[in-house]
Amino acid sequence: MSAANAPTRVIAGNYLENLLAGQPQREASSLAWLNTLREEATNCVSTLTLPTTRDEEWRFTDISLLSKMSFTSALSASCLEAVDAAHFYIEEATTRLVFVDGFYAPQLSSTSKQSGVVVSNLSPAMATHATAIEPHLGRHALFTNDAFSAQNTATLHDAAVMIVPRDVAVATPVHLLFIATQKELVGTPRCLVIAEAGSTMTVIEDYVVLPQAHSQEGAHFTNTVTEIVLEDNAHVMHIRVQREGSKAFHIANCAVSLGRASNYQSVSVALGARISRYNLHVRQTAEGSHCTLDGLTLISGRQLADTHTCIDHAKPHGISHQLHKCIVGGSAHAVFNGKVMVREGAQRTDAKQSNRNLLLTAKAHIDTKPQLEIFASDVKCTHGATVGQLDSEEVFYLQSRGLAESAARNLLTYAFGAEVIDRIPIASLKHQLEQTVLEQTASQL
Amino acid sequence: MIYPDSKVLLEVRGLCATVNGIDILKNLDFTVRSGEVHAIMGQNGSGKSTFAKVLAGHPAYEVTSGSVLFEGQDLLALKPEERARAGFFLAFQYPIEVSGVGNGQFLRLSYNTVQKQRGMEELDPLEFDDFVREKMKLLEMSPDFLDRSVNEGFSGGEKKRNEILQMALLEPRLAILDETDSGLDIDALRIVAHGVNQLTTKDNAMVMVTHYQRLLNYIVPDYVHVMDAGRIIKTGGKALALELETRGYDWVSTEYKATASVTA
Repeated sequence: MSAANAPTRVIAGNYLENLLAGQPQREASSLAWLNTLREEATNCVSTLTLPTTRDEEWRFTDISLLSKMSFTSALSASCLEAVDAAHFYIEEATTRLVFVDGFYAPQLSSTSKQSGVVVSNLSPAMATHATAIEPHLGRHALFTNDAFSAQNTATLHDAAVMIVPRDVAVATPVHLLFIATQKELVGTPRCLVIAEAGSTMTVIEDYVVLPQAHSQEGAHFTNTVTEIVLEDNAHVMHIRVQREGSKAFHIANCAVSLGRASNYQSVSVALGARISRYNLHVRQTAEGSHCTLDGLTLISGRQLADTHTCIDHAKPHGISHQLHKCIVGGSAHAVFNGKVMVREGAQRTDAKQSNRNLLLTAKAHIDTKPQLEIFASDVKCTHGATVGQLDSEEVFYLQSRGLAESAARNLLTYAFGAEVIDRIPIASLKHQLEQTVLEQTASQL
Repeated sequence: MIYPDSKVLLEVRGLCATVNGIDILKNLDFTVRSGEVHAIMGQNGSGKSTFAKVLAGHPAYEVTSGSVLFEGQDLLALKPEERARAGFFLAFQYPIEVSGVGNGQFLRLSYNTVQKQRGMEELDPLEFDDFVREKMKLLEMSPDFLDRSVNEGFSGGEKKRNEILQMALLEPRLAILDETDSGLDIDALRIVAHGVNQLTTKDNAMVMVTHYQRLLNYIVPDYVHVMDAGRIIKTGGKALALELETRGYDWVSTEYKATASVTA
C-alpha cells in the first residue's frame, strides 16, 4: 500500500517539520513522560510521510493543495476582544474554555465551579491531576502512524482538559471553543476528556473562524487531536461542530475509549473548510459498551469533507449505532468511510450503520465506503448506504399542498439534515445549526 | 347535491394524456358543477388515478391534447402549487411520507400559503395549533399526529385521515379523493366519510375515485361514472354503483362497444 519511495511523495518531515520549526520553543516540562511524549512525536514527524491518494485511507481525499501552502505558527494567543468571541458562545454552556489560534485564552473562558470537576487548560490540570492524565494523554490517538497526530503531539502545549470524577454528573454542557483568527497560521488544538466511572457529561467541541480570517486570500490550517476516555458506566455526549471558513484546512483525529457498560453519543457536524478530514476512532475495550455516532456533512462550492470512522468492537455485547448523512451542493465532494470491526470473541455485538447522501447538483460528488470486518460468529451487523437526489414524489406532494417547488425542495433538504441536528440536546445550538442549514440550502436552490 | 343553475367548476374536454409514451387518457370528457358529488368507478388500469394526477399536475404525466377549465381558468397552464392555491385539491391514494418534516409545521406552511393567496390572514404557530386541533376533532385524530413527521409511520387509515385533514384546512373548491376508502377499516371509513360530508357545501364539489361501492353508502354521490380504457363510458345516478357491485364492469363496456358500433 505504501509508496514511500515515489518521487512525488512529500515527506511529512519536510513539510510538518517546517511547521514545527516555526513553533515557539516550548519549555521542557518538569514531567519526564510529557517530554518523552513530545520527543517521540517529533521523531515520528521526521520519519512519517504526508498521505497521498495512493494511501488506501486517503484514496478519495487529495491534500496536495495543503502541502503546497506554507503556514506559520502563532507565537502567542492573539488578543481577541470579548465582543468578537461572545457571539460564538452557547447560552446553555456556562462552563467554557476558549482557545485562540490554539492558545488558551483565560480572559474569554469560564471554568467549572463544580467541586472535583476539572475543566481547564493543560498546565493547571497537570499541576493537580498529572497522575490521572498520564495514562491517557497521547495514548489513545496514536501518532506513530499518523503524521498529523504526530505533529499535533509534538507541539503539545495548551489543551482543553476535562476530568469528571467518579459518579459525578455535570449538569450543563461544557463548551470547548476553538477560534481561528488569522490566515496562514497553523493551529494545533488538543482536547482530553476523562469521564471516570459512572460520571455523566456533555461536551461541545466547536471550531469557528473570525470572519476576517477568510475574507482575504489565504487560509489557516487546523490540526486537532481529541482523546475521550469513558470509564465503566460513564456517559458522554460529544457534540462536534466544524464551522471554519470555506478556505480553511481542517484535519482532526478523535480517539474514544469505551469502558464497561459505558455510553458514548457523538453528533458531529461538518460545515466549513476547503478541505476537511475527520477521523473518529472508537474502541470498545470492555463488555457491554454502547455508542451512537451521528454525523452530518453539509458542503457546497469546491469544498471537500471527508469523514472516516472506525468502531472497534473488541469485546462482547457491544452496541454501535451510526447514522451519517451528507448534503452536497455545488461541485463539492464528500467522503464517508465507515469501518466497523468486530474482533474475534466480540460475540453478541449489535452494530448498525447507515449512510445517506443527498446530491443537490450534477457536479456534486460523494464517495462512500462502508466497511464491515467481522471475526466473531454470533453478531448482528447491518449497514447500508444510499446516494440520491430529492424524491420527486415528495416534492410533488408538497407542491400539491401549495408550496412552491423551491420551497418544497428547500424544506426537504433541510429535513434531511435536521434528522441529525435534532439529536443535539442543546436548544440554542440546535437552532443555530438549523438556521445555518436553512440558509445554506436556500442559497443553493 | 344537485342545485339548479349552479356554476361549472371543472370542465374537461377531450383530454388525452400519456405516461412514458403510453396513452392512458383517451379523449376524456367530464364536467363538475358546484355542490355536486361525483364518483368515478372502474377497473384497475382504467385510468382513474391517472386522471386525478393529471388534474393535480403530476410531472410524470404528459397531456397531449384536450383542455381543462377550472372556474374558467386553464388548469393545465398552472403549476401544481398554483392549482392548490386556486382551490384544487387531490387526496392521494398513497399519501407520501416526508421524513423529517413535522406534520404540524407542514400543515401550517400549506395553510398559510393558501391563505396568503386568498388575501386572508396567516396564522402563527400558536394560533394555528388551536385551529388545527379543532379540525382534527372532526376526524377523531389525536394531536400527537402534529408532532410526527408527515405521514411517517402512520397506518393506512391515519394517512387517509391526514389527507382529509389537509382538505379541511385548505377548504378547496374542488377535491378529488383518490381511493380514499382503500386501506380503511369500517370505523375509519365512517369517520373519514363523516369528515368529508361535513366539508361538503353548495359552493364546492367532490369527486371520489373508487373501486367499491362501500364508500358510496357513506358519501352519497349525485353522479356515478364508469371509466374504461381512459374515457368515461357510462354515467348514471347512485343506483349505477349498486348495479356495478352486483354485475361487475364487463356489461358496461360491452354495452358501450355496442352503442359505439351502432353510432359508427
